[in-house]
Parts: sequence; C-alpha cells; structure tokens
Amino acid sequence: MLMIGTGNKAVALAVRDAKPVVVAAYPITPQTEIVEEIANYVTDGSMDARYIPVESEHSSMAACIGAAATGVRTFTATSSHGLVYMCEMLHMSAGARLPIVMANANRALGPGWNIGAEQSDSLSMRDTGWLQCYVSTAQEAYDTAFMAFRIAEHESVLLPVMINLDGFLLTHITQPFETVDPEGFLPPTNTPHAIDINHPGGYGTLTKGTEHFRFRWDIERGMRDSVAVIQEVEEAFAGRYGRRYDMVEEYRCEDAEVVIIAMGTLGKEMEVAVDILREEGVRAGSIRIRWFRPFPAIDLAGREVVVIDRDYSFGFGGVLANELRAKCGCRPFSVIAGLGGQEVTYDDIASFVRIRTEGGEHWFGVDA
Amino acid sequence: MSAKLAISRPAEGAAGKTGTWRTFRPVVDREACNECGLCRQYCPDAAIDENLDIDLDYCKGCGICAKECPKKAITMVREED
Repeated sequence: MLMIGTGNKAVALAVRDAKPVVVAAYPITPQTEIVEEIANYVTDGSMDARYIPVESEHSSMAACIGAAATGVRTFTATSSHGLVYMCEMLHMSAGARLPIVMANANRALGPGWNIGAEQSDSLSMRDTGWLQCYVSTAQEAYDTAFMAFRIAEHESVLLPVMINLDGFLLTHITQPFETVDPEGFLPPTNTPHAIDINHPGGYGTLTKGTEHFRFRWDIERGMRDSVAVIQEVEEAFAGRYGRRYDMVEEYRCEDAEVVIIAMGTLGKEMEVAVDILREEGVRAGSIRIRWFRPFPAIDLAGREVVVIDRDYSFGFGGVLANELRAKCGCRPFSVIAGLGGQEVTYDDIASFVRIRTEGGEHWFGVDA
Repeated sequence: MSAKLAISRPAEGAAGKTGTWRTFRPVVDREACNECGLCRQYCPDAAIDENLDIDLDYCKGCGICAKECPKKAITMVREED
C-alpha cells in the first residue's frame, strides 16, 4: 500500500506489520512519533500487542529483555541520551541472546545541548553485540525494520538489531513509501533458551573464567553468521516484494578512482555529489554502508577514499574512518561533517572530494 | 547449560556445603515455636524443611529466620572455631 509519511511513521508501520507481542518504550525527541504511532495502533486495535509505558530507557530495554526472555517478539525505540542511558541493558540483551529490535533516531549528545542529527550515540554502542543498520530513506526504514525481526530471530543469529535513522533529516522528513503484505514473511519466534516455567532455572547465570569466553565467542559467531542471514533475508525480501538491499549500497563505483563513503542520509546525498563530480571529469563513486555491525567486506584496493563521519571518537578520529583504516587497509581523507544537524549539502560533499589528501582529516566548518 | 546462554538448574549443593560459610548458627526453641512456617518461607537458601528442621550443611547463618520469627523462637549463636 502506498503511504506518505515520515521516517518515524515508516518504522511504526513496519513494527505494526511485524506483529510484536510486547512494545516497551519511553519517548524522546526525535523518536517520539514512532512510539506514539505504535501506542495509537494498540489503542485502535490495529496492533494486538502489550504496550508498556515505562519510566526510563533503562527500564524500556529491561522490559523488552524480560519479554523476549519468554520467547516473544519485542520492539522499542529510542535516541541519543536515551540510548546511552540503556547502555548496560544493551550489553545484557545481546549477552542473553535476545533478538530484540530497536529503532534509534541518531541525535547529538549534550552538552552543548542539541537535538540535531549525529551518529555518535549509536556508534558509541558499537561493542555491545547489537547488529547495527543505518538507513537513508523512509522506504528503506520500513523495509529494514520489517526485515530486522527475521534477521535477529534467526537461529544462527539470535542477537538484537538496531535500526538507525538520522534525527529530523529522516525521522521527520515526509516521503512516499510502500508497505508490504507481511503474511508469512516472518516465521514465528523460536528462542531455544526461552524461559520454561516447568523447568525453573537461573538464566544468564554465573560463568567462570573457564567458560565465560565460550559465550563471548558464540556472540561473535552469531555476528559472523549474521552476514549470510542478512543477505538471505534481503534476497527473500527482494524476491517477494521487489526491493533489493545489501550490506552496502554502491553508486557509480564500477570505474571509480575515488569513492565517497558515509552512512545514513549523507550516504544518499553524496550520490548527487558523485554526479556533479562526474560532470567535472572526476571518476567518482559512492558506497553507503548500511550494515555497520557486522561490518561489511569492502574492496577499496587502488582507490582513493573520502569518508564522511557524522560522529567522532575523541583522541582518535572519525569512527567510520577508523573502521575502514583497520578493516580495509586504506588511508582515507576523513571528513567530520554534519555534527548536531550541521547542514551538509551535496555541493559541500563534492568540495570535500576536491580538497582530498591521502590520510588527511578535515573538520567541516573548522578547517575553512 | 545452553550453548547460547548460561542456564543453571536447581540442584542440591551445586556450590558445595555452604554451611561452612556460617559465623552464627540458628538455634530453635521448640517450646516457643508455634510452627507458623514463616522461617521456612523466608529462608533464601531453602535450608528449612517441611518439619521446620534447619539443614546446617547449607544454612549460611544469615539470620533472616530469626529476624522474621514472630515468636522470637530462633536465636543466633556464634559458631565456635
């Protein structure tokens, strides 16, 4: 069904269509519309779920953990300070192998107080064991949030999934998108370690140094196996609904000598910059990274790389640039742009490519 | 134990004879006891049986039974070394 709505609305509709049993949430700008919409669906009967309004984000994730531990499908949404407030519970949910799906509206952390788009919130949760996907349009937000349940709940994965959408730039932008007929796409949940009230036990109990590492390794094994599961689910989605996704989205990359890499809405904006640069005779292309965890295999051999980070790891560098340095062995021109909703146009992105130096770093607005 | 999650099932003495941790021992005055059973309900180690006998192999001497006893029938007595 063709809809007109915001990125937030797209996520809420995807959750409606995924039919979770429990949604526990606390509102926070710019995510609030997601949980408001879901509350409406529960109230008007279009969703048959238990909606639990809680007193904090730590509690919303704790409630999802309790619900998911019984083996049912769960969802929550948050942003920024709410996300980092639930940090402990993010580790808990991944460690307990609970396939919770969460939408995060990427927003700056204060102070200085700011509600604009920035990906520092979710990227600082990088090592929690959550899968992370960054989407760029309302359609992609709907499709990915819907697929996320099947990926998270897959027996080879059993890890939580975070869908990230840029605050305001996607959460509040109205676009057309198609909803799907969800019937039969998501198998029933089957959590092998779900609480069995007939066989009481301690769940997530004490592990000693002689065995703790085995559970850590199994999280990593689930993360590695998730690459094939993501591709399998995206393939099944394309086969049934016609829209195709992958770990990354490439644009005019075949013969590109310089590629621009980014995540989220900037990763879409830069396609226009590629067209501008091509008209100037620069053989440019772009790679938008969708799945940040697990991190995709990208072949950048023989290419110049310009990375745009809407985030920063203080004392080291842009987070995405750091990952690419480590994983792909490249020396990117690292641009820090868009922090706290700072406006970055496709002309700005084209200018980053023109001033690139191998291994350099450029803070947009600071360095001229 | 599950491959994905550490799950422990209830089993007697999984952590050994925890009664050796005890500093104070509960001593029951059976004359004062009215067999209400609150001590058994409150015992965090399930060390009190249906006859309200305390299993000193597993009683850690926390004193909750003595605290909860409405008849003050349980006193905590220091263990001798």
